[in-house]
Amino acid sequence: MGQKNYFKLLGLSIAVAVLPFFVRGDYYLSILVFMGINSLVVMGLSLLMGYAGQISLGHAAFYGIGAYCTGVLTTHFGFSIYLSFFGGIFLSVLAAIIIGIPALRLKGHYLAVATLGIGEIVFIIFNEWMEFTGGPSGLSNIPGLHLGNFQFNTSFRFYYLIWGINLLALLFSLNVIHSRVGRALRSMHGSETAAGAMGVNLSLLKIQIFVLSAIYASIAGSLYAHFVTFISPNNFSLMVSIMFLMMGVIGGIHNIWGALLGASLLTFLPEYLRIFNQYDILVYGAILLAILLFLPEGILEGTPVLIRKLFRTRKT
Amino acid sequence: MADSLLKIENLKKAFGGLLAIVDLSFEVEPGRIKSIIGPNGAGKTTFFNLITGIYPVSEGQIFFQGKDITNQKPHRVAGMGISRTFQTIELFGNMNVLENVMVGCHSRFSSGLLASGLRLPRMKREESHIFQSSMNLLTMAGLSSKAHFPASSLPLGEQKTLEILRALASDPQLLLLDEPAAGLNESETNGLSELIYSIRDQGITILLVEHDMRLVMKVSDEVVVVNYGQIIAEGPPELIQNDPLVIEAYLGGEIDYA
Repeated sequence: MGQKNYFKLLGLSIAVAVLPFFVRGDYYLSILVFMGINSLVVMGLSLLMGYAGQISLGHAAFYGIGAYCTGVLTTHFGFSIYLSFFGGIFLSVLAAIIIGIPALRLKGHYLAVATLGIGEIVFIIFNEWMEFTGGPSGLSNIPGLHLGNFQFNTSFRFYYLIWGINLLALLFSLNVIHSRVGRALRSMHGSETAAGAMGVNLSLLKIQIFVLSAIYASIAGSLYAHFVTFISPNNFSLMVSIMFLMMGVIGGIHNIWGALLGASLLTFLPEYLRIFNQYDILVYGAILLAILLFLPEGILEGTPVLIRKLFRTRKT
Repeated sequence: MADSLLKIENLKKAFGGLLAIVDLSFEVEPGRIKSIIGPNGAGKTTFFNLITGIYPVSEGQIFFQGKDITNQKPHRVAGMGISRTFQTIELFGNMNVLENVMVGCHSRFSSGLLASGLRLPRMKREESHIFQSSMNLLTMAGLSSKAHFPASSLPLGEQKTLEILRALASDPQLLLLDEPAAGLNESETNGLSELIYSIRDQGITILLVEHDMRLVMKVSDEVVVVNYGQIIAEGPPELIQNDPLVIEAYLGGEIDYA
């Protein structure tokens, strides 16, 4: 990985470390926590979609599997949070492998529809398996996280937990991106035929990156469950998958920094739009539409291009 | 006679009812440049796709260094030491020139997802190795100053060269070149023939599919002529040029090249 990325990572770490001291009120801190949770999912999605070129419209499924697994195991079976946390990851990995092997043979729109279906199936399971999941009314009283005697019982503490995990995940992702494996991912996106002819094991690589992104989503889901202590199927519906996708696309999914930016912006945006009262959804939609129209590359990579374009037209 | 590097036995390929390759048998000896020529639709590119495992073989067998590689997955064939270029350029347009060559090194190394994500010492050693050998290749071809350009921004001639460099990066024993001269001007084609010679001098065997007859006759040790999926002539370039069957195949039918 280039030095530039280390400096960016260092900068982000410092920003993350000092930010809570400038934020007043538990409410805004909790939004920063959600920002972190969303960022983790979208980072995985960026690796899968932006770098490897594999579409997933069902990532809320893995997010939900993480959340429900840890939720059900702790509330119904009295598992320790550590065990249930890793149980969620294990189950997501298993699900990703079982789903991925047939699904990743598909390409483009077909893969999109298949993952859409998977998201829907998992959503239905959450709704119908009343005995454990509580069905549509949800699962409550999920215990909070702790590390030994240290309780992550405030947004302030949880913020450092989630963003600590995020920074590690970002470091891991950046290392992968700037490696033999990362180049193989992007080559697959560029031309599958040529990538295969260069010795890239396409099916193995697709499964690996699918599993990795499922792990990210599952960790985020588990953290969500322990932070909010209440989950219901609606937190993991198709709309949530689309929201993750939107975050990636708005920020710039071809660049993991863009994914982070998109997740952060779109988590915060609805809060700012409250000043528009009942028109907030309209404004929200208009903003997304404008970004997609004028910055199809996403905010991160699209903004410099747009500025250059505007500058040129003004000169001529 | 030395043992053959590549041996094709009674190869057949059908696409539905269409027989693209009817019956193909020949051998390639190590260290030589062998060309396959024939009119468009003769099955030349299909043949490359069969060797490299992109299409499944209908019948027959392919041996590489005595091992049966029929219907192997493309990445396995690449790992065994067969590399190739493509008729329609298949560079990774989303990556820069250097990265394209670096992907070419893929099959020589093994660091996986975990080793890369954790930046284990082994992975770091491999990375510097990959970087060095890729830069060396670019320097050899005079492309090192464009290492960080997007691959798609290069002119056609350099894109073709880059494809060959990417294929060379895997350190192959057999290099399959699919119409490397298509679209090149005369001086670029001359440069290409120099490159082909220097590749052969490194001990790499070359199998060349090409329509540029001047190039073929100049560089080839042996030529195979294919028409309608069958071999109609095989031998050194001088003999092929005067073979009546070859002349008929090229002049008797519709001609696709000038």
